Amino acid sequence: MKMNELATTAETIDFKLNGETISAFAGETIIQAASRHGVEIPRLCYKEGYRADGNCRACVVEIKGERVLAPSCCRAPAMGMEIESTSARALHSQKMVVELLLSDVPKEDLKPGGNELFHWAAELGVQHSRFEARHQPKADISHPAMDVNLDACIQCTRCVRACREEQVNDVIGYAFRGEASKIVFDFDDPMGASTCVACGECVQACPTGALAPARHAYAVKADKEVDSVCPFCGVGCQLTYHVKDNKIIRVDGRDGPSNHERLCVKGRFGFDYVSHPQRLTTPLIRKAGVAKGDDIAMDPTNWSSVFREASWEEALELAATGLKKVRDTIGPNALAGFGSAKGSNEEAYLFQKLVRTGFGTNNVDHCTRLCHASSVVALLEGIGSGAVSNQVSDVAKAEVIFLIGANPTSNHPVAATWIKNAVQRGARLIVADPRRNELARHAWKYLQFTADMDVALLNAMIFTIIEEGLVDKEFVRQRTSNFEALKENARGFSPEKMAPLCGIPAETIREVARAYATSKGSMILWGMGVSQHVHGTDNARCLIALSLMTGQIGRPGTGLHPLRGQNNVQGASDAGLIPMMYPDYIRVDDPDAIARFEKFWGRTLDHKAGLTVVEIMDAACEGRIKGMYIMGENPAMSDPNAHHAREGLAALDMLVVQDIFLTETAYFADVVLPASAWPEKTGTVSNTDRMVQLGKRALDMPGDARQDLWIIQQLANKLGCGWDYQGPESGVAEVYEEMRQAMDTIAGITWDRLQEQSSVTYPCRTEDDPGQPVVFTENFPTRDGLGKFVPADLIPANERPDAQYPFVLITGRQLEHWHTGSMTRRASVLDAIEPLAVGSVHPLDLDAIGCKAGDVITVASRRGEIALTARADDGTPRGAVFIPFAFYEAAANLLTNAALDPFGKIAEVKYCAVTLKKGGKLQELGSYGGGQSFAEKSGAR
Amino acid sequence: MNEVAIPISKIRRARPTPKGRAVDPVAREEIARVLEGAPRAAEYLIENLHRVQDRFGHLSAARLNALAEAMRLSMAQVYEVATFYHHFDIVKEGEDAPAAVTVRVCETLSCRMAGAGDLLEKLPGLVGPNVRVIAAPCIGRCAEAPAVCVGQNAFGHATEATVAAALAAGAVKAPALEPIAFAEYVSQGGYRTWVECVDGKRDVDAVIKTMDDAGLRGLGGAGFPTGRKWKIVRAEPGPRLMAINIDEGEPGTFKDRHYLERDPHRFMEGMLIAAWAVGIEDIYVYLRDEYHACRELLERELAALAADPPAKLPRIHLRRGAGAYICGEESAMIESIEGKRGMPRLRPPYVAQVGLFGRPTLEHNMETLHWIRDLVAKGPGWFVSEGRRGRKGLRSFSVSGRVKTPGVHLAPAGISARELIDEYCGGMLDGHEFYAYLPGGASGGILPASMGDIALDFDTLQPHGVFIGSAAVIVLSRHDRARDAALNLMRFFEHESCGQCTPCRVGTAKAAHLMESRKWDQSLLEELSVAMADASICGLGQAAPNPIRCVVKHFPHEV
Repeated sequence: MKMNELATTAETIDFKLNGETISAFAGETIIQAASRHGVEIPRLCYKEGYRADGNCRACVVEIKGERVLAPSCCRAPAMGMEIESTSARALHSQKMVVELLLSDVPKEDLKPGGNELFHWAAELGVQHSRFEARHQPKADISHPAMDVNLDACIQCTRCVRACREEQVNDVIGYAFRGEASKIVFDFDDPMGASTCVACGECVQACPTGALAPARHAYAVKADKEVDSVCPFCGVGCQLTYHVKDNKIIRVDGRDGPSNHERLCVKGRFGFDYVSHPQRLTTPLIRKAGVAKGDDIAMDPTNWSSVFREASWEEALELAATGLKKVRDTIGPNALAGFGSAKGSNEEAYLFQKLVRTGFGTNNVDHCTRLCHASSVVALLEGIGSGAVSNQVSDVAKAEVIFLIGANPTSNHPVAATWIKNAVQRGARLIVADPRRNELARHAWKYLQFTADMDVALLNAMIFTIIEEGLVDKEFVRQRTSNFEALKENARGFSPEKMAPLCGIPAETIREVARAYATSKGSMILWGMGVSQHVHGTDNARCLIALSLMTGQIGRPGTGLHPLRGQNNVQGASDAGLIPMMYPDYIRVDDPDAIARFEKFWGRTLDHKAGLTVVEIMDAACEGRIKGMYIMGENPAMSDPNAHHAREGLAALDMLVVQDIFLTETAYFADVVLPASAWPEKTGTVSNTDRMVQLGKRALDMPGDARQDLWIIQQLANKLGCGWDYQGPESGVAEVYEEMRQAMDTIAGITWDRLQEQSSVTYPCRTEDDPGQPVVFTENFPTRDGLGKFVPADLIPANERPDAQYPFVLITGRQLEHWHTGSMTRRASVLDAIEPLAVGSVHPLDLDAIGCKAGDVITVASRRGEIALTARADDGTPRGAVFIPFAFYEAAANLLTNAALDPFGKIAEVKYCAVTLKKGGKLQELGSYGGGQSFAEKSGAR
Repeated sequence: MNEVAIPISKIRRARPTPKGRAVDPVAREEIARVLEGAPRAAEYLIENLHRVQDRFGHLSAARLNALAEAMRLSMAQVYEVATFYHHFDIVKEGEDAPAAVTVRVCETLSCRMAGAGDLLEKLPGLVGPNVRVIAAPCIGRCAEAPAVCVGQNAFGHATEATVAAALAAGAVKAPALEPIAFAEYVSQGGYRTWVECVDGKRDVDAVIKTMDDAGLRGLGGAGFPTGRKWKIVRAEPGPRLMAINIDEGEPGTFKDRHYLERDPHRFMEGMLIAAWAVGIEDIYVYLRDEYHACRELLERELAALAADPPAKLPRIHLRRGAGAYICGEESAMIESIEGKRGMPRLRPPYVAQVGLFGRPTLEHNMETLHWIRDLVAKGPGWFVSEGRRGRKGLRSFSVSGRVKTPGVHLAPAGISARELIDEYCGGMLDGHEFYAYLPGGASGGILPASMGDIALDFDTLQPHGVFIGSAAVIVLSRHDRARDAALNLMRFFEHESCGQCTPCRVGTAKAAHLMESRKWDQSLLEELSVAMADASICGLGQAAPNPIRCVVKHFPHEV
């Protein structure tokens, strides 16, 4: 139990510590109570927040009447107990423990300023050890991110608890015994060759630097520490940057509400992309006469054959003129903008405001279209809100956790840790995914169902719940509508009938359905495996129906949680960065809303919903869109059927790209504007849990790069918007306060409050509202307040395997690489761990095409062909290949199918037909990726 | 796009498999066959490691990985357990498998005194390359020192010739024991007392009172009153479990094996009476791995009992240790039964409240249970009428060392060491003069012959800084030195420390090193001893300095 959790319990226990009577809270240990009263008892294996293990014995105290000393970290005081922490007897053992440990560690301090053994040795006056040192092991520097210096290890097992009880990655063990006891990775393997996922929790936990960030990062003393939020996924982990000479030297997890000091490999070790030499530092303008096409040699270090440098004034003028020309000659709807889910809320808000008021169109969208658009459509239709009903941490209160189409250990690693913690505490986890992921090992039931058969599986569960009388009739009667339609539709979907389709035995489907329906609290979490299908909306409808029919929503430990991908995809959508909604999901075709926003922004607005991401690219190809402003997105890599997207980009009259690197998309630009990386700006982001969180600027921008918020304002004003946001950091506070006025759901979260609290959950309507982590407790925000059942039928994937293309291609992400790789492949550690494109194939399928693991394979679809390294992975289902879309040298989206879900307009990037054959020519690497930045940094290593 | 090449030397290879070892398909098949019909829950990890080790003679990394997958455990979980126990041989990729047969030569005190060092020196040259000779901690045959274990065939009075003969004959399995078997036991009226209990002919409170009246105490070493333990556990909420400690590893102790080999059902009847009295649903019997013959015997006799139970049996589970002295510590044993490393737990909570699988647990040493039948059937009178020097009851002394007839001697509580030697052990060996003795195995300390007249029993020795423990008396003569015995014991503790807490893990190693020196740094050793005794988690570390302190106190001329 953490101290701050204890403080809420009222009962106290009075006891004597070193002669003075003090009181402890119920459940508090001696060491905690003593600390609260200003008595610091020595401790080494103890770490606040971790399970106390009591192994180091540095914290032993004398308890009157007891035969031996007691570890104060593991003992709770009893009423009237007399405890001495500084008696001669207690001090003798405390000192001897420190002296024994000191004898076995090197003199050199591997964690200057943070070495807890050296700290306590100094405090206790133990200057040296009289014992001879043990035989010392060699350092293990096999991992790109972390060094293992077991000579400095004091066997406190904090790393073991970090790895197994906190993050539950289960890599670190405490092996052998007695004096030979040793921290090991897997089977005492080099850390770099082990299953370690480099979350770095062990490094953060280690008191001596025996586990340390690589390349002696501890030896560098930071100039400053800046609190911020992780720029990668939607979990929204809070962190602290340690900055020296305008460089981040290392990162620590902070005690944020969604992470409690935990981070993953990206958040902890993936920060040096910011200082990569390929950062854009000056505006660029396309050289006259250089054609736009797929065949340009792309090299972000050497772009001079395509672009020339320009001043900000010239570049902005050119961009504005080009866009204005399209607007004024062809019309506002010939313009479009892609904002970014990686930017701040303020940037998203201003970007959509620029497109709506400056361009005069609703053609504004962002990558939400490619991730949860279908989920959001289904949620809005069913329960009136696209955001999560319960926060991830609510899994702690759930009895059953149903995870489908999501791989959180890779994509939401810290969220996955809460799920694993819940399983350790006894929750039953059901994992349903065609690809077996790391969580499957922790699952009560793992359902490796046939890809594309989500609706078959889910409808069979719905059937079971109805047939076996497990429907929550009260809930259905009071809080839902249209149940009869669901019931009628479900008739055809018995588990027995669906089993052959979805590949899961009928009895298993029934068992899972029963567990879900009857538990005290069942929570559903899902990801892109559900949403990225032509039936993505139907998949989500089934999940919503499951929760409504069983009443598993509106209470803690229940509900629906679509795991949001990008760090600010929730906030960007909330801020109105979508073509059919103003901020706060107010429909753009609602006359009241139009009136409200026309008044608020002082402009006439387009009354029609705009085009979505894929539709905009189609329109560009067809010549209906002629000018675009793209901020921080990379559709040339991320859009399905990327050839087509690239054609569209090439066909534009004016393309303005604002980014930190010269991306594949930027290569099609007329004007490139060098922008700010996340640590270079101040702003808010909203995570998957509906928490608005504040990030503060830690670094200055390189060269003449500018903050995104400033750039948007400049462009807007050149388009005649007449904005004037005052204040530091490009006027971010004023922008935020304006946005807050447009959004009732965050009305209670003032800029000042965020400075104070760092994170506030919404809905939060007034300034004294603590925020609502669980919503829909009384009703749903629909017109009638009821949740609506929408039945779903079986719709097959748009492109099924056939004789010519017998395999299924599943795309997605891997732990180390973010989306199109523009950041993470330039982060030296991440690039070193996953340097090259790989296709994961079941070993038996590899055998069948005559391949070994590590061979080159060629994967081709009707739309394209790529060659990459085969990874033998028996978690991949037979007949499928999984390819992450982060690798330019083998871009998975050259193969994917742009067929859309009719409701969410999301493309079916989780499923298309391909062939697999041995051999092929790997495309040569460009100037980043392949582990080269790591090689440069680490020299001979 | 992206046509600009970079130097190949800077490009790292993509991993051909997911992170870490991939499961080898051949090993996966092998493990599937080995585990056929075997339970796969985590608590069976040690059992399943034995299955693999027994089948293949070692644990290859590939099979360990396949085992981890089959049991849904992580590699680290499997590896740390496998490396904790000395009877598992892990063979990583590229390493040689151990020889087909292993000869373990006991090197703990009694065997060392009887020439184990000589055997360890000479055997390797004698046995050839297909046999591995290694030193092992006490194997519980101290009365027949020196003892060895050839494969799974343990025997005493070992010589080069008897070991060679056993190897030549391929005698690597223990010869079957011939105890009083189930049918014979029943025909002699066995299990009648238990059936009377179950049938309600005996009253629980009365039975518990009998235990109190007899003054029966835990005979594993701690001496906790049996009746009181029953009352405590009985008051805890169910389900309650029982764990029986036959990990007899305290050097010099072999009484449990002695009784088990002869009359196993008597112990089992005691066990069932205790289970009845306390309301136990599941019984776990933990047997040290060194007792291979006993394991076969127990498997056989438990099966016979289960096949024809005189009354409804609780579920009985037999678990096999794997070479770890520390598992004789009650909470370490519980960890081991749960399939984990034998690391003692911190107390509170006590195992009576939170024990095996988190349940209230009645833990007993085997010998304690051995006496229950007769105490219940005959009443406590015959037991309490025995005793000397004001002590009451009988004690099973495991005597070894320089005496004529070592072995288990049932003698009155409160007998002195000198009386024990003279009256029960036929006196000292010819040519040997009584010099010193260990009253309670390795942990109990060392006393000089001048203190050979004090009462040996619970509570009587503490004033002298020593204790009786499991009543393992090792007798030293003037041919021996107390400091050698102490160093032998400290090395044993160093070898057997679980590695969890600093005072014991580091302390035993540093102490052993200091004790090697001709002249001891007595003040540093004493400082260290204080911290080990005061701050170690369990009895191993707390008692480990006893030999040091005894030598300094009683044999100062030696150091």
